[in-house]
Amino acid sequence: MAGELEFERPVVQLRNKIAELKEFTKTADVDLSSEIEKLELRLEKLEKDIYENIKPWDRVQIARHPNRPTTLDYIANLFEGFFECHGDRNFGDDEAIVGGIAKFRGLPVTVIGHQRGKDTKENIRRNFGMPHPEGYRKALRLMKQADKFKRPIICFIDTKGAYPGKAAEERGQSEAIARNLFEMAGLKVPVICIVIGEGGSGGALALGVGNRMYMLENSTYSVISPEGAAAILWKDSSLAKKAAESMKITAPNLKELGIIDDIIPEIKGGAHKDVKGQAEAIETILKKSLKELLELTEEELVADRYNKFRSIGEYSFLKDYISI
Amino acid sequence: MIWAFLLIKWSDQFFEVRFELSLFKERLLIYDDKNLPYGMIFSNEGGLDKLLKDLFTKNTNKKKKYATIPTEAAKSDVPEGIMTKCPSCKTIMYTKELNKNLKVCLQCNYHFAMNAKERIISFLDEGSFEEINENMVSENPLNFPNYLEKVEKDRQKTKINEAVVTGCGSVNGNRIALAIMDSTFRMGSMGSVVGEKITRAIEKADELSIPFIIFTASGGARMQEGVLSLMQMAKTSVALKRFSDNGGLIISIMTHPTTGGVSASFASLGDYNFAEPGALIGFAGRRVIEQSIREELPEDFQTAEFLLKHGQLDAILSRLDLVEKITNLLEIHQPGGELEWQGN
Repeated sequence: MAGELEFERPVVQLRNKIAELKEFTKTADVDLSSEIEKLELRLEKLEKDIYENIKPWDRVQIARHPNRPTTLDYIANLFEGFFECHGDRNFGDDEAIVGGIAKFRGLPVTVIGHQRGKDTKENIRRNFGMPHPEGYRKALRLMKQADKFKRPIICFIDTKGAYPGKAAEERGQSEAIARNLFEMAGLKVPVICIVIGEGGSGGALALGVGNRMYMLENSTYSVISPEGAAAILWKDSSLAKKAAESMKITAPNLKELGIIDDIIPEIKGGAHKDVKGQAEAIETILKKSLKELLELTEEELVADRYNKFRSIGEYSFLKDYISI
Repeated sequence: MIWAFLLIKWSDQFFEVRFELSLFKERLLIYDDKNLPYGMIFSNEGGLDKLLKDLFTKNTNKKKKYATIPTEAAKSDVPEGIMTKCPSCKTIMYTKELNKNLKVCLQCNYHFAMNAKERIISFLDEGSFEEINENMVSENPLNFPNYLEKVEKDRQKTKINEAVVTGCGSVNGNRIALAIMDSTFRMGSMGSVVGEKITRAIEKADELSIPFIIFTASGGARMQEGVLSLMQMAKTSVALKRFSDNGGLIISIMTHPTTGGVSASFASLGDYNFAEPGALIGFAGRRVIEQSIREELPEDFQTAEFLLKHGQLDAILSRLDLVEKITNLLEIHQPGGELEWQGN
């Protein structure tokens, strides 16, 4: 199968072998059904072993899989009548972020997300899903619009990070991200954020100040890419695998740290194996959380978001301390 | 410490040579007959013996090793001594005079880095500072190897407990809550404690209905606390939003360097965003950008001047008249005068 990942190779090999034997029994006059049965049992066990013990680095690989479903894939499978809106009304339209209005089971919503490409051509157009300031400003414009028309906001997070470039700095990448964090804090509508691939640093967080935060099982959310962390901490980017483990970037890690509300289970082997099935898993959790949040008043929604982020962090107090 | 004097005559002029011994290396300071500094010599290799030998041996080679300050380490050692060399215009000044001038180069206006303590002394009314949460310290939530050891080492080195000092004070009588980041502590990086202390300072300002001023100096989020560091960007921002909605005044003064997650959160969220001259301010690192766009960046890229030119700052404020400018700003935000608006 195309796009298989290193860690799942044993499964794929065994599956191929079974297929081969089945093909063989069709043409030849030999009964191999008992062998096939045995192998299928072994496959089941192997799948369980491998897919239930995915290492952080393997999750990073799944999160970066070229065929991994993107924001537009989920939009197509989750919402009706999606209408895309372009531009920040200021500088331009950044295609690394898509956004617009749609209905979710009849409920009007605003949907915004990072958008990667699936091939080189599309990736160039979408800048590999790495937004410029105008992308964040477009997102903010759409959020404010949602606030006006009292539509819940659903954000899909999937970026390696905000784009590090000359033009991005000139137009205020820092300010654009900071402004989103600040303004999202004040939105009077429910905001639900779902990390569907890579959640890369401030560029991800700029769509991430929500009442609820979810992550797909094989997505990551981190302050820096494993490669970047390895380069800074140990001056060696080839230690990315080690960094992926020590930085605690996977969905189970973030659940444990109390940062996300829940993990959305993935299709065995990764969301790219069944987009429709994955969208259904997302739909279940969206329905549940929207139902809860729509019960809250505007003030309660703002307070809920405030309390959520206000409580993040670990620290202690010294008895003997140095005074300035 | 000076441990010997020597008077020498050279081309009909008397020079006084003072031998100084610092912890790291020997140092020779040469003064002329008017007791003005003439030069100094560092020795990094071979110790004092070689240094003396070098000094008194007739040398035919023009590129004498002792004639220049040889290493980065030696350069950074200069501020410990009596003299300081300006990294921008290379002028050598008395450290005392430089400090008196708020660490601004007397020749070229270069702003030397200030630590939190120096900032408090230079910015606030004398004796007005009351620190809050001074004893808050980091935990190791990710069990990152050697993290707390590194923090402890910086505590000892800097004599502060974390990369930000927070509290209340007054500027020409105007009460403010403030947070001062200190880049000498873990590069001013933001982990849970930095985020929490800044958030509490904002909440203090909100509670007392006084302005909030922050001096930023940070390399960005602290790696060793991973995603918890990232979330401090959101935490400080939601706190600022609440304070702002309550009518609070936010002033951000970015100092060298303000980058990464700090520039992409509270540093950019002031009602007024200022910077010190020459400060490096930006989101992504210069090298990362050069790699991604494969082109030369302008020399002033990501400096305060660059940001001002691109509309990202209200003004660049020199440290020398900072107090005056901020006082003016704070007073403009006070109600008063016979034409006071009676609206609402």
